[in-house]
Amino acid sequence: MFNNDNPVQVSDSGSGTNTISADHRNFLDRVRRKRIYIRITQVAILIFIFAVWEMAANARIIDPFITSQPSRMFQTLVNLHRDGSLYMHIGYTLTETIVGFLAGTIVGIFMAVLLWWSEFLARVLEPYLVVLNSLPKIALGPIILVWIGAGPQSIIAMALIISLVVTTIGVYNGFREVDHDKIKLLRTFGATKLQILEKVMLPASISTIVSAMKINVGLAWVGVIVGEFLVSKAGLGHLIVYGGQVFRLDLVMTSVIILAILAALMYQFVSWIEKKLINWN
Amino acid sequence: MTEEVIVSIRNVSKKYHSLEGETEAVKDLTLDVHRGEFITIVGPSGCGKTTLLSLISGLFRPSSGRIMLNGETLNGTTGHVGYMLQEDHLFNWRTILRNVLIGLEIKGTLNSQSMEKAKSLLHKYGLGDFKNHYPHQLSGGMRQRVALIRTLAVDPDILLLDEPFAALDYQTRLKVADDIWKIIKKEAKTAIMVTHDISEALSMADRVVVLSKRPAAIKSVHNVEFSCEERTPIKCREAPEFRVYFNRIWKELDVHV
Repeated sequence: MFNNDNPVQVSDSGSGTNTISADHRNFLDRVRRKRIYIRITQVAILIFIFAVWEMAANARIIDPFITSQPSRMFQTLVNLHRDGSLYMHIGYTLTETIVGFLAGTIVGIFMAVLLWWSEFLARVLEPYLVVLNSLPKIALGPIILVWIGAGPQSIIAMALIISLVVTTIGVYNGFREVDHDKIKLLRTFGATKLQILEKVMLPASISTIVSAMKINVGLAWVGVIVGEFLVSKAGLGHLIVYGGQVFRLDLVMTSVIILAILAALMYQFVSWIEKKLINWN
Repeated sequence: MTEEVIVSIRNVSKKYHSLEGETEAVKDLTLDVHRGEFITIVGPSGCGKTTLLSLISGLFRPSSGRIMLNGETLNGTTGHVGYMLQEDHLFNWRTILRNVLIGLEIKGTLNSQSMEKAKSLLHKYGLGDFKNHYPHQLSGGMRQRVALIRTLAVDPDILLLDEPFAALDYQTRLKVADDIWKIIKKEAKTAIMVTHDISEALSMADRVVVLSKRPAAIKSVHNVEFSCEERTPIKCREAPEFRVYFNRIWKELDVHV
């Protein structure tokens, strides 16, 4: 008597052992071909830009002293690789970013939990959070530098502070959007506040937390680069500032491109974590 | 059904306080619920039906009067009830089995024995093959059945159902109501269901309690008996008494639009 409704079909697009009609195969081919065209065009644009840049610089249409050019950038990269300083700088920047990012995310989530735990605290801190959220955190850079010293610790603090308030507010708002009836349901089972946090609030807010992480990746890079501009001892931010000061645009451009690649990779990594975490969809 | 009283509501009143003032949601309400009984509560919308369920569950404390469970005065949520809400509120990050186990996890009574019991409930009611699925892979009716099994897994003294079918379309609703009713009867559970649907209330109830407008007080109680062969929610809708009860309750509700 209980078996007559069917579950919603879980679609498993096209693959499998069942035979596919010619029409459907055509459709799949079209989709696949379109995807390939898009990828080819994307790569072509990149090659085109670099080729035009290189040729224009060679033909002296643009001044490579000011714009640099791909071949010089490549040479710079090779030199940095040879004297080993490339990995030292990347190592500094990457470590600072990852530590700052993790610290900002973890402390931010912790703060959000505190605010959720105590409504009194949340209401007391609300105006402070609003002000801190609107304040451009970069303005705090010199203060941090003076207070905790010119070194990686200041850079990490910069990355942390820039993502902290955003994370706190974002995750706290996520908590508040959790369906009250879900909490009610657990309370009827006699759940404690800690159990409600563990069983509903955190798992229901995973997607909020992950989007906060995605924003934080970008913010952590901003914090670290600004920090390195100020501290200027090592790291890609230091290379950029230094290159700018001595007019070595090759160094600046190379560093920016490495930065772009690293930032993109880190973002991809967070997206990958998102897929792993949200496996029920 | 025995005459053993499982829940006793004695002169209970409940007031809500807000900055705008004080609202009396329930006023001097007295009701005994017997073991194994299915009680449905109907009343005008906003009359305090849900408040009544929250009081019985221990989520709210009465402003005056008291509620006794198995002869003892109720004091907070003790996990004695199973609550079913309008939506199933299955956690979409948990598999069906782990959804069913949540009450046991919270009460700290999850062990191999209670786990087996939860699994056997799923099997018994046609969900055994879906225990490792996620909620979004199930139909609305199946999900509501899982929600019921989640409450049954903790073996509550009493089930509270707050318009549990309101989110379903009409046809599904009839079928799911039938299913849920059969499970509750088969497990010999005591249930109190709130609804605004008179037919639904009648079709499932041993007793229908009609509440007045806010503040909720009992207007009348109807012992429902049908002359149909098989007393199931769907079958008894065809019984000749159904209309009679319906009209009587309809008049008592005194609906003005």
